[in-house]
Amino acid sequence: MLRLWRKIRTVGRVAEPAPLPPATDQPPAAAALAGSVQIRHVDAGSCNGCEVEIGSAFGPVYDGERYGARLVASPRHADALLVTGVVTRNMAEPLRRTFEAVPAPKLVVAVGDCARNCGVFAGAYGVAGAVGDIVPVDLEIAGCPPRPEAIVDGLRKLTGR
Amino acid sequence: MSALGVVGGIAQPVLIVAGSPLLVGVMRQVRARLEGRAGAGVRQPWRDLRKLLRKETITPRGTSEVFRIAPLLLVATSLVVAVVVPFVTTDSAIDPVADLFAVVALLALGAVALALAGLDTGTAFGGMGASREMTILALVEPTLLVAIFALSVRVGSTNLGAIVSSTLHDPARVLSPASLLAAVALIVVIVAETGRLPVDNPSTHLELTMVHEAMVLEYAGPDLALIELASAMRLSVFLGLLANLFLPWGIATAATPAALVVGVLALVVKVGLLGVVLAAGEVFLAKLRLFRVPELLAGSFLLALLAVAASYFLA
Repeated sequence: MLRLWRKIRTVGRVAEPAPLPPATDQPPAAAALAGSVQIRHVDAGSCNGCEVEIGSAFGPVYDGERYGARLVASPRHADALLVTGVVTRNMAEPLRRTFEAVPAPKLVVAVGDCARNCGVFAGAYGVAGAVGDIVPVDLEIAGCPPRPEAIVDGLRKLTGR
Repeated sequence: MSALGVVGGIAQPVLIVAGSPLLVGVMRQVRARLEGRAGAGVRQPWRDLRKLLRKETITPRGTSEVFRIAPLLLVATSLVVAVVVPFVTTDSAIDPVADLFAVVALLALGAVALALAGLDTGTAFGGMGASREMTILALVEPTLLVAIFALSVRVGSTNLGAIVSSTLHDPARVLSPASLLAAVALIVVIVAETGRLPVDNPSTHLELTMVHEAMVLEYAGPDLALIELASAMRLSVFLGLLANLFLPWGIATAATPAALVVGVLALVVKVGLLGVVLAAGEVFLAKLRLFRVPELLAGSFLLALLAVAASYFLA
């Protein structure tokens, strides 16, 4: 316990200084959320590359939570779905149902090239389509995988902070 | 019903409702700073509540009135406790309800309503959360009763206002063995009852390890806002109870403006400090395995029992 306390003392603040807020192209539905966005992450068939980057976007260095975004455990608590990966045949229906479970106003963020346009998996036999083919997408975050900065930048467009 | 009681009955619920989300914000901020993060700010829980109140209400298929009434019952019981328990003033607006047994029963009623709502959703996690909450509640309630009972023995009354005023008149009692044992037992019980580490992790995303969160997975929008507000209120109520049972100094004993301002400030400082200590302590703790929780709570019950014995034999 003393070692942990010493570590806290010596390491201090790890969070990088907040970059400039992104250009104001806030999706219209996000304005009603007023600085608080609860996010449910849905892996629709990802290679887990995007998951690692989302993990670090909410880690101490990039600290996505300081802008009012928070990951939650249930789509009922969520305002936005963070969907990664191509939508596989088995995940198309669960993704639709998860979208229906979110109370309005709701947003969908497609994270990574696979979610935007199927990326390298386009035309594969198990792929039902990109996220936009299954549920309406409000915001896209490009990259394979997108850098944590890009994910945090996208989330700040939702929270407006 | 005295003037002091009426003033307290108005000031306390307003203070608890307005302040408890801020307490949660302070605790999250302390935790964030110790983890090296910047944190979302102290007002973030209020932003969350404001947003949730504007969202759509969803009634999951197959749920009954039990599911819809639970959030209201949870808020209502917390509000009644906030009105009657001596937080700012020693007198209570509704004196008969400021009784040890009535207050503990009211808090238990809210927890039971939420557990029934968790069962009512018919989901696996709702039922699991409800069963775990009931296991913990069954171990927590006796300890809570016995620990406060140890303090009431010397006063000869189970009225919380009487307990607090008698401690004010005889400060040496705080350092008696009975009082110290009861304090330790009460701290363990409060940690368990408000769902903090090491019994439950309030920020977990893993359904399998949830206790409180698992019961509220199906709530959305305004209902969820009520539940989050009520959980924050219960946390402040328990911390306020702990603070005023063992360190009642600053509480208003007369209905003068100066005494009331001091009473409000004393409560804010005491509960705020306890919250900061609790949040800082959580950074050093890991969650206890569920099967080890009864051992912890049985230990606290033993301490509470020793406190009662000590208050009879060492008085």
